[in-house]
Amino acid sequence: MLKDITLGQYFPGNSPVHRLDPRTKLLALLAYIIALFCARSWIGYGLLLLLLLTAIRVSQIPGKAIVRGMKPLAMILVFTGILNLFFNREGKILFQVLGIVITSGGVQRAAFMVVRILMLVSGTFLLTYTTSPISLTDGLESLMSPLKRLHMPVHELSMMMCIALRFIPTLIEETDKIMSAQKARGADFENGSLMDRARALIPILVPLFISAFRRADELATAMECRCYQGGEGRTKMKLLHFHRGDLVTFALMAALVAAVLALGSFGM
Amino acid sequence: MEPILSVKNLKYVYSAGTPFEHTALEDVSFSVNRGEFIGIIGHTGSGKSTLMQQLNGLLKPTSGSVILDGQDIWSDKKLTRQARFRVGLVFQYPEYQLFEETVYRDIAFGPKNMGLPAGEVDRRVREAAGFVGITDAQLQASPFDLSGGQKRRVAIAGVIAMEPEILILDEPTAGLDPSGRREILSNIAAYRKSKNATIMMVSHSMEDVARLTDRLLVLSGSRLAMDGTPDEIFAHTDELVNMGLNIPQVTQVFLHLRQMGLDVPGVYTIEQAVSALKNRKEAVHA
Repeated sequence: MLKDITLGQYFPGNSPVHRLDPRTKLLALLAYIIALFCARSWIGYGLLLLLLLTAIRVSQIPGKAIVRGMKPLAMILVFTGILNLFFNREGKILFQVLGIVITSGGVQRAAFMVVRILMLVSGTFLLTYTTSPISLTDGLESLMSPLKRLHMPVHELSMMMCIALRFIPTLIEETDKIMSAQKARGADFENGSLMDRARALIPILVPLFISAFRRADELATAMECRCYQGGEGRTKMKLLHFHRGDLVTFALMAALVAAVLALGSFGM
Repeated sequence: MEPILSVKNLKYVYSAGTPFEHTALEDVSFSVNRGEFIGIIGHTGSGKSTLMQQLNGLLKPTSGSVILDGQDIWSDKKLTRQARFRVGLVFQYPEYQLFEETVYRDIAFGPKNMGLPAGEVDRRVREAAGFVGITDAQLQASPFDLSGGQKRRVAIAGVIAMEPEILILDEPTAGLDPSGRREILSNIAAYRKSKNATIMMVSHSMEDVARLTDRLLVLSGSRLAMDGTPDEIFAHTDELVNMGLNIPQVTQVFLHLRQMGLDVPGVYTIEQAVSALKNRKEAVHA
């Protein structure tokens, strides 16, 4: 079950999407999200969905993997859908029973919200699936570098993010191992009252925290042994460069966002 | 005699349906008799750890069956849970799963989960501590104040306290110094003797498995490549080396002697080697 958590997971590959500069992908994602929030009609959503599906197709990431990543979101989606369905009173009344009113506006809004969340999350997944944590943080650091002038510890922040991303799979694996070991001693995580289940987490959390601290300590020692001293005067082995594909992506994204924004301003 | 445990055509696939999909076990079948001491050897990634987790119902086989005492452990939920207690599993580096405030309470975790009465839990904890040489004073200490070797023994006691009929250990001596290794191996032998338990041990030490086990299972590339006594297995030096394994050093020495034209038998423990050399000496002098 823990294996289903795919947050921050990277699917190695060599598709055109994988090869894009991480900065391009980050900016494209940002533009995509802005466009998604500005879209007001099915035409706008349709255009963005087309873009998303094309990008997924080109990236050669199996659709299954994206769908699997959505599973933890199921509750939020259902919740959002229901809230919008029942509490929006715009448009024609379609259905009315015992004070519950469902209107055409509510149905449309619920559908929009659910689709918006789904598209938002799949877009983000596409970024983490196709970009290794290291190049992702490299991209972030480069994009945020103007903030250094304001004395923001940009390098340190991106290093922290890089380490956090790097350790998600490790800690998931570790949790899996500890869970198996405690299950082998008869621990039961699936049955019992809420209290019982909360208590059943102690045998996992204590060893997990101890091992996380141990790893952090070992990593700090290893970094110090290699004379790590932060961003000051540090050069990079792999420099980021924009290529033709990046320019094409920029042009495409600009056109698309402009189209969606224009449609939005006409109320479509 | 009815085997206590048998597996039939076991197959297990990890992460089915993702780019990480890979088959960890393929068509593995064997039976285990009560009281046997079995060694499991195989190169890293040959499926040893996956196999172990099939035997106590932690992982459900993709296909094939695991039969404990005549019953398929997946035929009924209760049987699956029982399998956890009847087949004790000690993972690699088990000291990293200790979590309680005292050694006593950590060892008691398994027996308590079995729903045993307090008196029985107490008896089992003390007996298990005895098997691994943990003193009464240490029982009240925090497990995190113990040395690495002691932690390992406490973790093993936590599984022994469930009094499993089959005890499976994944590299129980990894990362320990020679005296720590010896202690753990003799703890395991003591438990086996007193409960007539079946032991299955994964190990990379050919010397250990040659000295301790009655039978060896050799895994290679997700399949069961060989199944036999250490004598039979270590006769296949070339095949073992091809699988990334080895034979005990003393066996290598004797093979070399034989290639040099000396009439010595094949041996795989130091004791056998000593007696073989003595016999030869007597034969020469006679």
